[in-house]
Amino acid sequence: MTSLSITSLKPAVPAARAQLDWFQIGLLAVCGVLTAGALIYGGYLLTVFQLAMIYGIFCIGLNFFMGYTGQASFGQNAFACIGGYGSAILCVQYGWEPALALIASMAVAGVAALIIGYPTLRLRGHYLAMATFSLGLITYDISIQWTSLTQGYMGYSGIPPLGIAGFEIESERWKLVALVVLLGLAFWISQRMRDSRFGRGLRAISGSENGAAALGIRVPRFKLIAFVIAALYASAAGSLFAHTVGFISPEVFGPQMSIITFTMLYVGGVGTMIGPIVGAIVASLLPEVFRGVGRFQDIAYAVVLLGMLIYAPKGLSTLGKLFRPRKEKGA
Amino acid sequence: MALLKVKGLTKRFAGLIANSEIDLEVPQGCLFAVIGPNGAGKTTFFSMISGFLGSTAGSIEFDGRDVTRLRQDQIAAMGLVRTFQLVQLFKGMSVIENVEVGCHLATRGGVAASLLRPAWFRKQEIEVRERANELLAFVGLGSQAEQDAELLPYGQQRLLEVARAMASRPKLLLLDEPAAGLNTQETEGLARIIQKINSQGTTVLLIEHDVGLVTRIAHRIAVLDFGRKIAEGTPNEIKVHPDVIAAYLGVEETPNA
Repeated sequence: MTSLSITSLKPAVPAARAQLDWFQIGLLAVCGVLTAGALIYGGYLLTVFQLAMIYGIFCIGLNFFMGYTGQASFGQNAFACIGGYGSAILCVQYGWEPALALIASMAVAGVAALIIGYPTLRLRGHYLAMATFSLGLITYDISIQWTSLTQGYMGYSGIPPLGIAGFEIESERWKLVALVVLLGLAFWISQRMRDSRFGRGLRAISGSENGAAALGIRVPRFKLIAFVIAALYASAAGSLFAHTVGFISPEVFGPQMSIITFTMLYVGGVGTMIGPIVGAIVASLLPEVFRGVGRFQDIAYAVVLLGMLIYAPKGLSTLGKLFRPRKEKGA
Repeated sequence: MALLKVKGLTKRFAGLIANSEIDLEVPQGCLFAVIGPNGAGKTTFFSMISGFLGSTAGSIEFDGRDVTRLRQDQIAAMGLVRTFQLVQLFKGMSVIENVEVGCHLATRGGVAASLLRPAWFRKQEIEVRERANELLAFVGLGSQAEQDAELLPYGQQRLLEVARAMASRPKLLLLDEPAAGLNTQETEGLARIIQKINSQGTTVLLIEHDVGLVTRIAHRIAVLDFGRKIAEGTPNEIKVHPDVIAAYLGVEETPNA
């Protein structure tokens, strides 16, 4: 082992935390432009972007558990299910305000995550993945079978759109604007949590559980909190879906949802700051882009995904790093 | 006063006795070393003290409290912090972030504080960064602060682990073979850093394979062989101890042995 001293590097500057590089700012800008385009163009694209924003919120939460903390969960759709059905039942059956229903459902999902997570998170790796996957399957089954509560396959329709104090957002355009704002809020909250003693503790766990415990981090507790945070985000996303689309059924929150959000997270970059947002938008748009190729649509989609996994294995938002060393050499 | 008191510490893995009734007292302010040939049970001993591994029998007292059955993070919270023989850096985090994680025990605040960011929390975040910068400068990694920790050369990864452990302001620092895999020059630098840490008031318990390093810097040395403590004393005593020489160099086999 030689003691290569890397003296050519710039001296450490006490910089502000969590800086995005120019590539990532560019990516966010592209996402912003695309969203603005959808707002102007209108029509079906509005729905696509509405869903992308909702998935983005879901993925930001999932990123806490899978990205920062490095734990696998295939069952976050369970908490989206709680959020969606909570909102639907409270609004349709009991005439609650959507905003209130959303918050109440989040509370229920949070408590559920606490109770489920406490024993489940003792598992690691594949075992944890299996346990969480079955959690998703169980909730899916419950949402089908418990017809007196969920109305089974019929689902709920006529769920009121988001609104506050009697004011409802009816226009599809304004719905998208509201969702963009909420996504921004969700992102801002996640950044605050990430850049703190708590967030560093989470990321340390994904780096080395032993190392983290040796420095006094209570690993099981931190994992549980990350799980609950992911569940709260998932629940909020589920509620927003219900209020945006106005209709939910068991399929919406089935295991399919876990797979889609997984794809998004990996396309965008798991464990990165903007990965969940970029991934959600890209993975939502791709199927629409390939709609033109007719029956080869799914194949084209899969090929592009594979390409991304091969050439950007850490996600689109980390691609900027590939270019940086070359620049420095040239300078 | 003894900061760490170990009595009759034993560890059995099924039939194998890894540690057998080890007694040890590490006085406050001491630079104490545990040496022994490969497989002597040094790391097992260390893992039990740090709560990483449960013991079969015996007791461990740290800072006047029985810590035998405490969890790893609880022991760390009391001021007994270890490093690992196989470096356990936090991948995906920068060099300085690794040290900032080390400040965990010396700071407070959870999710609520991170969201609300009261004045004390903001101040603490700044202090954490300053302290991390100081420690990096201390171990000579000041210029690599923003680099990815996993991209550091091996020798520097070890230094980073020491800096990270020091960030938690431990009372007792446990170093598990810190010089393993380092070249002479790097070992020299590490020795100076360990001595500096110790002279600034942190008690150090060092496990080492490199007898040369240990006899140069340690105040007191205990020798393990086949899971037993075979000797303890000052470096000069240890150097001439017949059992130690036998353990390291082997003894000529006598026909009637």
